[in-house]
Amino acid sequence: MQGPEVTTLDFEGFPIRVWSKGSGPPLGFLAGFGGLPRWVPFLDRLAERRHVVVPSLPGFPGGDRAHTVLDTHLDWVLAVRRILQAAGLQGADLAGSSVGGSLAAEVAAIWPDSLRRLALIAPFGLYDEADPPADPWAQRPDSLAALMCADPETWKALRAPPEGANGVEWPIEQTRAIEASARIFFPLGNTRLEKRLPLIKAPTLLLWGEADRAIPPAYAARMAAKLGGPHEMVTIPGAGHLAEFDQPDMVARHVLDWMG
Amino acid sequence: MKLMWFHLMPYTELPENFRQEHPSVWVDIHSSLFDPKRAHLMYNDFMDELEYAADCGFDAICVNEHHSNGYGLMPSPNLIASALARRTTQVPICVLGNSLALYNPPTRVAEEFAMLDVISGGRLIAGFPVGTPMDTVFAYGQNPSTLREKYLEAHDLVIKAWTEKETFAFNGRFNQQRYVNIWPRPVQQPHPPIWIPGGGSIETWQWCAQMDYVYCYLSYYGYKAGKATMDGFWAEMARLGKDRNPYRAGFAQVIAVAESRQQAMDLYTEPAEYFFNRCLHIDPRFAAPAGYSTEATQRAGLESMVKKAANAQSLIMGDKMNRGMTMQDFVDRGYIVIGSPDEVLEQINALADDLHVGHLMTLMHFGNMDKALTQYNTRMFAEHVMPRLKDRFADYEDRWWPQPMQPAESATPAAFAPKLAAE
Repeated sequence: MQGPEVTTLDFEGFPIRVWSKGSGPPLGFLAGFGGLPRWVPFLDRLAERRHVVVPSLPGFPGGDRAHTVLDTHLDWVLAVRRILQAAGLQGADLAGSSVGGSLAAEVAAIWPDSLRRLALIAPFGLYDEADPPADPWAQRPDSLAALMCADPETWKALRAPPEGANGVEWPIEQTRAIEASARIFFPLGNTRLEKRLPLIKAPTLLLWGEADRAIPPAYAARMAAKLGGPHEMVTIPGAGHLAEFDQPDMVARHVLDWMG
Repeated sequence: MKLMWFHLMPYTELPENFRQEHPSVWVDIHSSLFDPKRAHLMYNDFMDELEYAADCGFDAICVNEHHSNGYGLMPSPNLIASALARRTTQVPICVLGNSLALYNPPTRVAEEFAMLDVISGGRLIAGFPVGTPMDTVFAYGQNPSTLREKYLEAHDLVIKAWTEKETFAFNGRFNQQRYVNIWPRPVQQPHPPIWIPGGGSIETWQWCAQMDYVYCYLSYYGYKAGKATMDGFWAEMARLGKDRNPYRAGFAQVIAVAESRQQAMDLYTEPAEYFFNRCLHIDPRFAAPAGYSTEATQRAGLESMVKKAANAQSLIMGDKMNRGMTMQDFVDRGYIVIGSPDEVLEQINALADDLHVGHLMTLMHFGNMDKALTQYNTRMFAEHVMPRLKDRFADYEDRWWPQPMQPAESATPAAFAPKLAAE
């Protein structure tokens, strides 16, 4: 697996990592809970047919401490919009997972002309009292993996320090990603995204891992019912919350087919 | 050395099988375990005990704030302190403290602490903890990523509310108020002494040094386990060019005194095991949310873990999670200072030598001790140990102690004489 090209853009003085790979029309991807500590097979699959562009979210791996200047929901949404533009993704197709899926949905709702087609994998942002999401910020160290992936080993391997990694800084960076997600979604994951879903006009694919233990798969239908544009729902068997890690080939194929 | 008497106010009737059947004493402890009528008696016993400690001559009485907590029944320590202010006359009252980020707006703390300082005639020590993750992030839903910034901003607002003479507007990142002008204003000027209870965070040490506040390490695991943290504190003070005045620091210690060591073991084993095995049974999922510890602190902790295979705290945590411990463990590890008056004196002198702390917050009620045993422990210490510790650190000035009003200026609350309904 050959790695991506790595560039850096500036956000409020913080360096933001941007990965890109492949050729064809651009396709952006915003990472989910915990971010992308390393390049993954899912992105390679996307890069086989598209020019994949992956800017880091503030505070996520590659996103430095940019979350520390974001105090409100508006701050976050504006930050993601600016980062997408700076990464050259204005008017492009956009996919996002979990935390990144929620932010992709916000951008699509508030700036409907800023993207073409949308794919969301189990986005955060809703809260149903009768069927609440799990609390990803109150987990024992050994229980988070099973909350995020159907196969906990997938999550552990994703976050294991690579050879030569700084043994002190690496785990701090992983913790920072979880803090950053808390900064926008704590304590319930509820940003009242459902109020803005009707503003989304882009054709939207909603993907959900069948074994999502973080956000119940029933949330897909709740979201779909509010979406303002054409949409489809797909359930991914054998996948947990971060379905793109559990089933990279299947999720990538659905995303690529949807984008056309 | 100042000897202070600290009450945690634990619920004293958690079931025998609590550790096995319930995940946590904190955050999601089940409401069915709480009997309000039993708690009525507990609260009143606890306040009797605090007042008794004042009568016995302790330098101060201390209360603190916890939420959704089976070992700390004081969501509002200010309510308890207010009652104590009326039933005591001379003793400083240490509220350790109010978790600033939990109050909206934080001027509430400036107001209530000013009320306490005025009612008590200037006897208040104002504690400002960040608060534990269990209290702040989980029980009170505060964002772990902004908690410390909110805390620091709230501190600035409270100080300004106490000291600014004119009505002012506060334009903070997290708090905006057009008209800040608290009434009443504190007796102690410019404000009551400020003490900061904290864990082993480098930023907290630096901030205490910068602001000239007392740093209090409120571990329940005693002076042996606390040495590494206090060594870190004093090393940081030295690095910052601060003197080694022991009154810069406070430390909490469980203490149990009787006629002999054997008698002490007989009397205090059950409450000690109740305290360490039931009261401190905390689900680790609430203990370390991402963002609560600063990255500098993580860096320091991780590096020392890399350097040392295991530090004292992780050993303790390992034990705490894996099994209940016995009295012998608590004694061997110094969690509890226990024995005859001579033996207790020797251990506290060792504590004072090792940690160099001028403010010792004694925990003489712990676990499910009843009032009689608590008062026995308190009196034994006051009569047979305390007099022999008074001269410790006599060469140092305690610049962080309350400056109350003169007795001649102070009010005399009416004597308490409950009237029976039949009268």
